[in-house]
Amino acid sequence: MEWFWAIIVGALFATAIFQLLRRNLAKLAIGLILLSNAANLLIFSSAGLTRGKPPMVPEGVETLAAGHADPLPQALILTAIVISFGVIAFFLALLRLASQRLGITDLEELKE
Amino acid sequence: MNPMLILPIVIPLITALALVLSGWNGRKAAWLALIGALAHFAVNISLLLGVVNGGIQATYLGDWSAPYGITLVADNLAAALVAVTGLMGTTVCLFGIRDNLDESCGRGFFPLFHLLLMGVTGAFLAGDIFNLYVWFEVMLIASFILLAKGGSRIELIASVKYVTMNLVSSAIFLAGIGLLYAKTGTLNMADLALKLNENPDARLVLSSGAFFLTAFGIKAAVFPVYFWLPASYHAPPTAVAAIFSGLLTKVGVYALMRTFTLIFTQDQEFVTDLLLVVAGLTMVMGVLGAVSQNDIRRILSFHIISQIGYMIMGLALMSPLAIAGAVFYLIHHIIVKTNLFLIGGIIAYHGNGSYELKRLGGLFRHQAWLAVLFLIPAMSLAGFPPLSGFFSKFVLIKAGIEAQSWWIVAVALMVSVLTLVSMSKIWNEAFWKPRAEEKGDGATPVGFWMPACILASVTLGIGLNPGPLFEFSQETAAQLLNSERYIRAVLGEVVP
Repeated sequence: MEWFWAIIVGALFATAIFQLLRRNLAKLAIGLILLSNAANLLIFSSAGLTRGKPPMVPEGVETLAAGHADPLPQALILTAIVISFGVIAFFLALLRLASQRLGITDLEELKE
Repeated sequence: MNPMLILPIVIPLITALALVLSGWNGRKAAWLALIGALAHFAVNISLLLGVVNGGIQATYLGDWSAPYGITLVADNLAAALVAVTGLMGTTVCLFGIRDNLDESCGRGFFPLFHLLLMGVTGAFLAGDIFNLYVWFEVMLIASFILLAKGGSRIELIASVKYVTMNLVSSAIFLAGIGLLYAKTGTLNMADLALKLNENPDARLVLSSGAFFLTAFGIKAAVFPVYFWLPASYHAPPTAVAAIFSGLLTKVGVYALMRTFTLIFTQDQEFVTDLLLVVAGLTMVMGVLGAVSQNDIRRILSFHIISQIGYMIMGLALMSPLAIAGAVFYLIHHIIVKTNLFLIGGIIAYHGNGSYELKRLGGLFRHQAWLAVLFLIPAMSLAGFPPLSGFFSKFVLIKAGIEAQSWWIVAVALMVSVLTLVSMSKIWNEAFWKPRAEEKGDGATPVGFWMPACILASVTLGIGLNPGPLFEFSQETAAQLLNSERYIRAVLGEVVP
């Protein structure tokens, strides 16, 4: 399954960068959202996907046998998702304020 | 658990929370913020003393031993930068009181300022790479709001650019962390260093190294990704610009120094060759940008970039002397640059709030002491003896000559001359030439000149007695280049 996610992550990075390079403020925001999701999915898939083997220690055993899923990347992604959610929310508010107060929708107009 | 490592992070948090929850404004809030900043400074100094006397310190949050739990580590570099952060926090907070009391947009400055200090301190002390990312974000979110808070046209435009570039950099950083974890299965920096030293396949590791180089390069504002800095640092109020200029890019430089001396030490020649070219171009582009500007804060912003080049040069040469020079430069630069931004604010205060050199003038006649105060950090920035900048540049250039990288030595010397050109431009325009229009010659408020005087005397002190700081920098360089001590301090006796 990793190959599938590799393609998805690659496509997300490509789309994100394409959107970032366009001039519209809304597309800039979309590009950043896709970029942070691409990074999260990269962490998710690069640590290796294990199907149907949750990392639970069975009763009577002290440690986990090999071959179970790694829970740490998911903990990392949770943190990263929360952070990027907060930051993107701020960024959208900022863009709204900028477009309202300055009447800007095109990045070319972001000159002083 | 060692409280000395936790307090530098917790005190700004408590101060910020107390400021928010008390709902205080004006004078009371200012006093609370100042007391918090002083407490932060005091704790940071005692951490530095503890590290100097007792070696590298590490603490494990929740007593989860490394490499599993969250680790805070203070080695010489981290502790010194944390101490300087405390000094900057105190002086800029002092400046911020006078700067923010009168303005309606001053509300919220102090809590955000302390959260920014928390993020910066946390980034310096973080012992694992994901934690470093989280502290970067804490610092960035505080800085986003500080920058955008005023809501004027210039601030909004600056914020959009600044936020975009930093979000891109964070995503790249995160992708690098993901790949590194996939390859090694650990995030603790000491453990990473240990695991990667055993791994002979360096090329695989350098792919994540490239992500880190790009991400930290954007934060540190090196060529070719520095353009966000001059587009945003001229916008916010003086106190905000001063703390940004002093600390934010330097966190990027710190992260570069940490990761490329500790973790990515394989195939080092490729990285250092690249960094040396980047350093040279950063210096030149920064200083040329500064020469072409006519606004004090824009000139100073471009100088941040060219000075970052010197620090990267020290890192790229990678010899004990060069790293010592980079550490010396880092500490000297934070103090001098913050001070120049503060003095820029005072100049604007006497020039009806204008930073435009065309509209300023005659300050030498009416504010002679301000001229002297400006000369100390300005000449230090250009590298005049006997000020702190001279010794830091001297060490770096000596290291360059020893490494026989003649072109970087030539570039560093030339950039130094051009720095002098633009410093004397500010001098000539703001202080020397007759003033264009009549302005108030009122006295400067205590809250303005005191922090600038404190920082100027620190610069003078380093300049007149550079020995202790230089010895400390050499000790730091030895620590950075011999990662075994760091690894042993974090992982204990696991190390073979």
